[in-house]
Amino acid sequence: MHDIATHDDSKGQYFWVWGALLILTAIEVVLGYKQVFPPVRMLEVLLLLSVIKSALIIGWFMHLKFETALMRWLIVFSVVACFFIMYFFFFPDADRVQPPPSGVGIQES
Amino acid sequence: MAEATTMEHDAVHGLPAGAHGAAGEYEAPLFGAYSKKVGMWLFLASDSLTFGALLFAFSYNRIYTNPWPTPFHGESIANATVMTACLLSSSLTMVLAVLAAKRGDRPWIRNWLLATMVFGTAFIVLHGMEWSKLIDEGLTLSGFASILGVSKTATSGELAGISKNIPQFPQAFFGLTAMHMLHVTIGVIYLGVVAFRKWFLPTLAVIWIAAALLIPSGNVFHYPVHVLGIGLLLAAVIWFLKPKDYDAHDVEVCGLYWHFVDLVWMFIFPLVYLMSTKVS
Repeated sequence: MHDIATHDDSKGQYFWVWGALLILTAIEVVLGYKQVFPPVRMLEVLLLLSVIKSALIIGWFMHLKFETALMRWLIVFSVVACFFIMYFFFFPDADRVQPPPSGVGIQES
Repeated sequence: MAEATTMEHDAVHGLPAGAHGAAGEYEAPLFGAYSKKVGMWLFLASDSLTFGALLFAFSYNRIYTNPWPTPFHGESIANATVMTACLLSSSLTMVLAVLAAKRGDRPWIRNWLLATMVFGTAFIVLHGMEWSKLIDEGLTLSGFASILGVSKTATSGELAGISKNIPQFPQAFFGLTAMHMLHVTIGVIYLGVVAFRKWFLPTLAVIWIAAALLIPSGNVFHYPVHVLGIGLLLAAVIWFLKPKDYDAHDVEVCGLYWHFVDLVWMFIFPLVYLMSTKVS
């Protein structure tokens, strides 16, 4: 049973996570400022780094890593499932509202 | 000592005092956590969908709009990087406040929460300066100026062309960042109430009145500053309905909210700023 004082809470691990987040942010800034990749690849790379950063924040700072498995999986699964629906169903279908200016994704009738 | 531990255990798991010995009368909590924490997690899960929808909308615009404007020079990127560092540092001070709460170290709870509020306020101020700079350069929306009371909008600035030809950029930018800034403001007020309880209310009132008087009528934040007044009213109502000395659980739950605000920025910063960088 999880309580607020049952897991290892040494300060050091939080400083390490904070340092890792700052380093990942610095990498993002360099990649973005130097424009190392074309836009779509850049979006993928930056999103990947953001997902890693968010995992560090959720796992350590928000303590989800130390919660029960049921709570961990239920929260992560439900949110990821909603984003999955947004990405695979709403995102491609958004063209139907208004065709994009570049003409990409317009369906032929 | 054993009795105190039992009462604490009962309180953590939402059981009435003395109910611990009544075997089978109360079920163990489903998620193994106290109800306030589960409630906050459920709220954050729903709020993440709000930001998810906004971020998907921004990404859609970014991919399908060609050419996409790149209004953020090195100065803007440096400013946004400092803002990011402020939020990351505020998360560290927040988690140190939670650790102090677990130790029952009341002075350090307040110190760390105050440090978190300072970082959060620095973020809001830097973001406000960035907004003002962009609006001065002509980045605005139709109707935006009159709603927010901006006295005059630049029609010949560097970014005026973006507002005219690619209105989806300012729409997505201001919509997303305004929503996040509102969350940060609510977070700072939330932390203030947990850290200083009723003593925070007059402080917030002074800040609100001073900001309302000092921000000129032509500034974009002249009307939005009254969010502080709404926050003051809500905080006062909450305090009136449930005046209490906030405990370790309350500090942990408000910490969850604050880390979520930080988490959302981890997606806004690269998507909005770094994907719209102008390399000169």
